[in-house]
Amino acid sequence: MTRITRRAVLGGSALLLAAPAILRAQGAPAIRIGEINSYSAIPAFTLPYRSGWQMAVDEINAKGGVLGRKLEVISRDDAGKPPDAIRLADELVNEQKVDLLAGGYLSNIGLALSDFALHANKLYVASEPLADALVWEKGNRTCFRLRPSTYMQAAMLVPDAAALPAKRWATVAPNYEYGQSAVKWFRQLLSAKRPDVRFVAEQWPALGHIDAGATVQALDAAKPEALFNVTFGADLTNFVRQGNTRGLFEQRPVVSLLSGEPEYLDALGAETPVGWIVTGYPWAQDKAPANLAFVEAYRTRFNEPPRMGSVVGYAMIHSIAAGLTHAGGTATDQMVAGFAGAAFETPFGPAIYRPLDHQSTMGTFVGKLAQQDGKGVMVDWRYVDGSSVMPPDDVVRRLRPGEG
Amino acid sequence: MAQGLTGLASASALFLVAAGLTVIFGVTRVVNFAHGSLTMLGAYIGWSILTRLPTTPAWFGLGVIGTAVAVGLLGMVLEIALLRRLYRAPALFQLLATFGVVLIVQDLAQRVWGPAELSLPRPAWLRGSVAIVGTRFPVYDLALIAIGPLVLAGLWLLFRQTRWGTLVRAATEDREMLGALGVNQAVLFTSVFALGSTMAGLGGALMLPDQSANLQMDLTIITDAFVVVVIGGLGSLSGAYLAALAIAELQAYGIVLVPRGTLVLAFLLMALVLMLRPNGLFGHPQTETRVGGMAGTLVRPSVMTARLLGAVGLAAAVAAPLYAGAYALSVMSEAMIAILFAASLHFLMGPGGMPSFGHAAWFGLGAYAAGLVAARTAMLPGLAAALVLAGVIAALLGWFTVRLSGVYLAMITLAFAQIVWAVAFQWSEVTGGDNGVLGVWPAGWASSPAAFYWVVLVLCLGGTLLLRRVLYAPFGYALRAARDSPLRAEAIGLYSLPMRVAAFGIAGAAAGLAGGVFAFAKGSVFPSYAGIPRSIDALLMVLLGGVQAMSGPIVGAVAYTGVYDLLLSATDMWRLVLGLAIVLLVLVFPEGIAGTADRLFGRQPA
Repeated sequence: MTRITRRAVLGGSALLLAAPAILRAQGAPAIRIGEINSYSAIPAFTLPYRSGWQMAVDEINAKGGVLGRKLEVISRDDAGKPPDAIRLADELVNEQKVDLLAGGYLSNIGLALSDFALHANKLYVASEPLADALVWEKGNRTCFRLRPSTYMQAAMLVPDAAALPAKRWATVAPNYEYGQSAVKWFRQLLSAKRPDVRFVAEQWPALGHIDAGATVQALDAAKPEALFNVTFGADLTNFVRQGNTRGLFEQRPVVSLLSGEPEYLDALGAETPVGWIVTGYPWAQDKAPANLAFVEAYRTRFNEPPRMGSVVGYAMIHSIAAGLTHAGGTATDQMVAGFAGAAFETPFGPAIYRPLDHQSTMGTFVGKLAQQDGKGVMVDWRYVDGSSVMPPDDVVRRLRPGEG
Repeated sequence: MAQGLTGLASASALFLVAAGLTVIFGVTRVVNFAHGSLTMLGAYIGWSILTRLPTTPAWFGLGVIGTAVAVGLLGMVLEIALLRRLYRAPALFQLLATFGVVLIVQDLAQRVWGPAELSLPRPAWLRGSVAIVGTRFPVYDLALIAIGPLVLAGLWLLFRQTRWGTLVRAATEDREMLGALGVNQAVLFTSVFALGSTMAGLGGALMLPDQSANLQMDLTIITDAFVVVVIGGLGSLSGAYLAALAIAELQAYGIVLVPRGTLVLAFLLMALVLMLRPNGLFGHPQTETRVGGMAGTLVRPSVMTARLLGAVGLAAAVAAPLYAGAYALSVMSEAMIAILFAASLHFLMGPGGMPSFGHAAWFGLGAYAAGLVAARTAMLPGLAAALVLAGVIAALLGWFTVRLSGVYLAMITLAFAQIVWAVAFQWSEVTGGDNGVLGVWPAGWASSPAAFYWVVLVLCLGGTLLLRRVLYAPFGYALRAARDSPLRAEAIGLYSLPMRVAAFGIAGAAAGLAGGVFAFAKGSVFPSYAGIPRSIDALLMVLLGGVQAMSGPIVGAVAYTGVYDLLLSATDMWRLVLGLAIVLLVLVFPEGIAGTADRLFGRQPA
């Protein structure tokens, strides 16, 4: 009996949501993308992300869709829990009969979805999860990943870090897989370039639970000459505030992952630490035509500036469209072959899904933080293409024991 | 030195929130899960007020006080509209209601203030620092250090020197006696709840200069506050301050010595304190409240209709692969796993009388045992390992915690679950850390949806029926006897320790089996399987069904998973709707769904 109710309700709501698409695409059935993300758990990223993919779907459908068929996205909220994500993926594949899966924010959900998709023989486009394992240790044939991985982002920052005179470094990172692998890669890559560098202290605050005063004090006591930060979100805000008051960042360069992304930068406001070397997205400063057009269209439609999430959602749909076109059909094997090497446009510039490890070459921006009118901005930035920071191919093959 | 001062400042912040919780618990015995939400509202409302005021210290102070009062009023509304109706419900039932409130507040806060975190711009005086032994120390933290003890002193005066305070303390000691003496408890409870909420609002607003207001803070805060309150002793204000101090200092020095210990330090401290002092630092043994449903009713076999209903349900479940699709089967498998998980908690909580806030520990242990053993051998040895490992460790915990009862026992299970979670999280060589154990799919012979469904059916419904059988056996009667009257039970020769160990072992083994099966259903194992939200899920299912009803966990698990699944894929307002549904269910069925059905249709105690 639950089954009937569920179907009725789902069918009803899906019909409501999809009504315009169904009317337009009466001829060929739409290509159905099953999309899962942590909408209720991580709204700061996922709501702009949803706006991004909605915009891309409408753009593509306005131009007639892909392979003569419209795109239709069926979206689900996993509440931030891997088991829920698996159940919803099951529903999307077996009930909604989607052609491929996409989405994910947390690394563990990305990995769970990737494993489920392999098991169910469906293509999965991991848009945001950053875990290296997604394309390396646990990489598999049906999973493609859009964002630059933790390794790539750390590698993008290392040249700037190595150019600093500092020899005594300290690290602060959230106590889970993302923080651990970011610190591991940064240490490894920086030490390779600068054998004279020593790491004198490390702090591992619990994610979302930083004891900022004590953390800042402990770092300061180790007297490092430079810092590497991986905290983000509310932890970053607390850390920066205590650091500013206690003078942790004075005369001390800081290299920081993701802190230039608008999601995190906005909350810092007038407390934005000037001079930090960060990865991020200078949406208002980048005047390249692709970004200008994207920002313009996004602001017109949603009446707010785009965030990093908006770009990820938007680029995800365009990468799927390009993959489908390249594949020429929606059978999983066909798509796996077609996505490999598929080239697509993003607001950041062109990118492809590498056949070698299914990682896209979409890069990100590296620059310095500054303040303008009490708001944080990125200055002196440059776009770093993903392909320029990959390890050599034979290393990647070794890191990816599963099927390439 | 600076590290110690920093700890003092954190202690004050922690104390402000915990003080409200401990005051409310002391008098009303409500485990107010929404206290973190009230604090979060304090931060958000404080942000809205303070960003509109001039940024001088005086206005800041006024804004903070205004926020505290506003949150106090909200708390008052909450008490009058919801909790007042539940004081006679079984212990812990209010927990369910306040959890509904947590969900509602989460959704509403996101709608009102948006998803982005909000930080209060700090004027120069809030950013200032003074030099203390060579380091710069924030002036605001110095102010916080002073505020904690000041509030403690203020509350102490309030409770010692006013008539109202005397009444409140009397209510803490024996609220029935106070009622018998003609004191209007309703007014007293409402005012206490308002005071506690005011403290939450104050704590939330005072966090703003150091932190941002964000949507994740409610659950973070409530866990911290619970730990503080329990270490200090439920209802004890000075205990709460001392506990906050101990935790904050341990954290401040601990992260210098063991930077990776951040996840467990507070929980280890709690476990240690409770082992040595079963009622917390300054707590008294709890006086039994005489109202409320804990007075055990005689358990009789189900009436005929209920049995028929059960038989029909079972037949429908067995035959499901004949009429249901693959997805429907996996949803039903998940419901059966939830039933076994809930039944195992009910076994401990209802007939056993031993509440647990950390039941996911056994579920998680089982899931890891299954996933790791199966990766080296096969599915069945994996499931056997899940059953045995979780059962043995649970029995051990039952033996270690023999002196504990009530909320303290519940909290030590929470601490243990948190330790299991942290080990799974950090021991990445074995558990894969946060990325989990992947590829745990059923063996070849069980891999078709129908075959796996029947495996789940046999294990989970079989396990549940077995648990039920145990409860109707002499062991079950003995367990209930020990729960209702430990002294008399001992007097007639029922020795409680082995029974307790056995109850823990059986419940742990059943939950472990549920976790093991779940690992194969999902193909993966994550630390969150042992996490607090999963323990809460189990608690909700049991409470929803009715703690004292024998079929409570079955009804509760089906109702909860059904509603949750349905809402999660149907609406993006699922938290609001689920929260409202829980609140409504609590008001309509104050004995749980199955409990109310029992009362209405049969098994009415004489």
